[in-house]
Amino acid sequence: MSTTGKVTGIVSNLVTVTVDGPVAENELCYISLGSTRLLAEVIKVNGDKASVQVFESTRGLKNGDTVEFLGKMLEATLGPGLLSGIYDGLQNNLTTMEGVFLKRGEYTEPLDRAAIWEFTPIAKPGDKVCAADWLGEVKEGWLPHKIMVPFSFKGEFTVKEVAPAGSYTVDKTIAVLTDASGEDVPVTMTQKWPVKVAIKGYVEKPRPQKIMETGVRVIDTFNPIAEGGTGFIPGPFGCGKTVLQHAIAKQGDADVIVMAACGERANEVVEIFTEFPELVDPHTGRKLMERTTIICNTSNMPVAAREASVYTAMTICEYYRAMGLKCLLLADSTSRWAQALREMSNRMEELPGQDAFPVDLSAIISNFYARAGMVKLRNGQTGAVTFIGTVSPAGGNLKEPVTESTKKAARCFYALEQNRADQKRYPAVNPIDSYSKYLEYPEIQEFLEETVAPGWVEKVLKAKNIVRRGREMADQINILGDDGVPMSYHESFWKSELVDFAFLQQDAFDNVDALCPMERQKFMLDLILGICDRSFEFANFDACRGFFKDLINTLRQMNYTEFQSPKFYEYEQQLQNQLS
Amino acid sequence: MATKAFQRTYTRLQAITKATVSLNARGVSNDELATVNGRLAQIVKTKGDNVTLQVFAGTEGVPTNAEVSFLGAPPTLRVSDQLSGRFFNAYGHPIDGGPEVEGEEREVGGPSVNPYKRRQPSELIPTGIAGIDLNNTLVSGQKIPFFADPDQPYNQVMADVALRADVDKIILGGMGLSNDDYLFFRHEFESAGALDKIVSFVNTTEEPPVERLLIPDMALAAAEYFAVDKNEKVLVLLTDMTLYADALSIVSNRMDQIPSKDSMPGSLYSDLAKIYEKAVQLPDGGSITIIAVTTLNDGDITHAIPDNTGYITEGQLFLRADPDSGKVIVDPFRSLSRLKQLVQGKKTREDHSQVMNAGVRLYADAQNAKTKLENGFDLSDYDLRCLDYAKEYATRILSIDVNITIEQMLDTAWEIFAKYFSPAETGIKQALVDKYWKK
Repeated sequence: MSTTGKVTGIVSNLVTVTVDGPVAENELCYISLGSTRLLAEVIKVNGDKASVQVFESTRGLKNGDTVEFLGKMLEATLGPGLLSGIYDGLQNNLTTMEGVFLKRGEYTEPLDRAAIWEFTPIAKPGDKVCAADWLGEVKEGWLPHKIMVPFSFKGEFTVKEVAPAGSYTVDKTIAVLTDASGEDVPVTMTQKWPVKVAIKGYVEKPRPQKIMETGVRVIDTFNPIAEGGTGFIPGPFGCGKTVLQHAIAKQGDADVIVMAACGERANEVVEIFTEFPELVDPHTGRKLMERTTIICNTSNMPVAAREASVYTAMTICEYYRAMGLKCLLLADSTSRWAQALREMSNRMEELPGQDAFPVDLSAIISNFYARAGMVKLRNGQTGAVTFIGTVSPAGGNLKEPVTESTKKAARCFYALEQNRADQKRYPAVNPIDSYSKYLEYPEIQEFLEETVAPGWVEKVLKAKNIVRRGREMADQINILGDDGVPMSYHESFWKSELVDFAFLQQDAFDNVDALCPMERQKFMLDLILGICDRSFEFANFDACRGFFKDLINTLRQMNYTEFQSPKFYEYEQQLQNQLS
Repeated sequence: MATKAFQRTYTRLQAITKATVSLNARGVSNDELATVNGRLAQIVKTKGDNVTLQVFAGTEGVPTNAEVSFLGAPPTLRVSDQLSGRFFNAYGHPIDGGPEVEGEEREVGGPSVNPYKRRQPSELIPTGIAGIDLNNTLVSGQKIPFFADPDQPYNQVMADVALRADVDKIILGGMGLSNDDYLFFRHEFESAGALDKIVSFVNTTEEPPVERLLIPDMALAAAEYFAVDKNEKVLVLLTDMTLYADALSIVSNRMDQIPSKDSMPGSLYSDLAKIYEKAVQLPDGGSITIIAVTTLNDGDITHAIPDNTGYITEGQLFLRADPDSGKVIVDPFRSLSRLKQLVQGKKTREDHSQVMNAGVRLYADAQNAKTKLENGFDLSDYDLRCLDYAKEYATRILSIDVNITIEQMLDTAWEIFAKYFSPAETGIKQALVDKYWKK
């Protein structure tokens, strides 16, 4: 018999329940409110009192209302049909809900149970299989969606039978497996998995081997992120966090993209599902929406489900990774999730850590980032989850608990800077403070030397150095005045401006400039470094400024022009004329 | 609130703070309203039989034997077309001497719109102010605050914007308005002859601060009635949200909650988001646009209130006095409309976004030149041109007293560019320079 209880206390969405039997940490329960049932999760137990966070508004709830425990944790439903889905944090399908307003207690099915999928078997009767091994596949759009042995299966199984190629719904049995004790277990195309537990079922998690292209120059060239890597983008509001993240979502070289809108603006989600069905994936030519799943728990949706939303998103990524696919998870913003933790911790009257955040915040964040990574599957193939989270530091001050905890966990740091944003130097990624640890990985260096160009890493470091020197020169010029410094200071400063304006800055709203493939990045960097290698003679600093401004203008026109088009070469010629 | 039959009445308070009272009561529900000696209160916490109520009008003079009656429902507002042209207090009662509104009784602070049912905002809201229309274009369904120091004329600007905007209804939510400002709004609305499309909910500084907590919910319940039921374009003005947040911190403090940054409750972000996210473009054509005011302390946007607001809203409009031109301007650096690209170049001329960016970039160069000047350095010819440009740009584009069409703004900008710069110095795409450069 399942455990039941009664409500004995309410503070906002924290409800205290007196229970009559065993309950587990993170166990789900339904609280009855008239004819509707509100889903809630146990977050603390003390004697016969369980504290539960309700995933809905608790308006109208009374002491004495009945509670029914479900004996399971929050689970994601996994199976074909997740792509192009739009879900809330608990994986309710938002597209099948009726009415304009969200109704309390309305929970919808994540997968279309009636959809027909063309199944092709992979495993054969007699095969020995374990959890996450591939039994067959269906085509989900253009992606081969593997049907796997459910992750919850323990030990080795023998395939007894696999359904022949044909059309099936997700609930149809497509294989029967025999476990070690000789018992037969049916397998369908769908399975469930608790979101707070990482999906294992792979052999090893090697160090990342390659970079994931985003088409954003300041990332790919200056601070590349690895496939299976982790990165984060902290920045004050108005610095272009969301624009940068959307650019990565549009252009990132991944098979599957999951966007978790966690406690952010609803209109940003609207932008995604309005534009993505129209936009084309530059890597496959298919519509972007076909490879995208949106998990959206916007800032006005119940706070408790914010935490769930990032876990649900990660679980979906891990599911596709087990199929040998490259997945990219974008979470905007992890600060909102941390704030949700803080709100609950506060209501439970726990002793607070720094800035009233719970003391285990750092551990929670690093556990979550650790779920990303490249994995080697049992069949020798690889899959990857790359994770980029945004952080919204209070007051733009990076010395706050969420930024500091994330910095320990993530390998790439893209610091958005108010000053750059004020000057409309977008993307406002600070070229000096930002870093990618992957640039120091020998595996990644080797990959770049092979795929981009020999000596590439050295060139990148050189370009960074030009920017760094330029900034020092700018400080000197500001202190000593234009006339108080040697001409070489001006030249160094303007060379750094050249790198900044012509390479680091990129117009995310221009059709051509928004996406810059690696080949083009290499071409432009070579061109710019070539200019920086020269030394010039100027009569005065005015002439120096004018000269470089003209160069910058021509290079920017090149950025706006189709790569290797006649117009592009025309501008290049113009540049050469300016130089000679 | 009218009393009803069979309501439960208690007369033994166990604890009283300045904003809350606690007592033992049974069978009450979360968020339910009650009266404490006739003052409206709302349940904010129950623990066993112990119930804590937030008393909106404050607890001054409330005795331990005060009469507490529970009303069995959360706060409501009667909605109908009769709301138009009327002024109400925080409880939704008329303060203009007119009769009570008849209509359907609706819960305030209701559920959120399903994000999937939203539409992408795409309609331009022109205001005539170039610092807004050119650099920070507003779009229906957007939420955007003015960040301004208390001495800036934000209420005047907001009234101007509201009356020039092409909308069906304007809903004013005034929180902690000074009596003078309340009368200013009344006068502006009346003299514009637009009273019949305006609904006002007002809490003045003379009234208790906790009452303000009801204002945004009341104003937005009225807005939802017109936008959802009537498919109208509704503009909601909320001033001043800083005073609203202050009221939140008072209640949370009295409930012994651990404060986070700047003594604000840890839930400030969610509390503000619940209000601002009511801004929406609905599928059937109705929309709610929110323009708010967040007053700053000496321009400090790192304070928890403007900081959390900035993360929620779709940009911010920053007012400041410009010493060079002697005008109050919309600061082009700190201001931002996140939705502007949805209309710029689509609902406006093709050169809009490039002109905007070039104008601001050159203005930034002028600021650098100014720094040099202040540090006593010689200025280059370019620096001098930038300084002259900045003055004209501030006067003719950024100043809040500008009232021209967007087309005129673009032409003005091209004209000023040509006066001080070469095409290359503006960095604008060649194709646009060829077409629009004023020779």
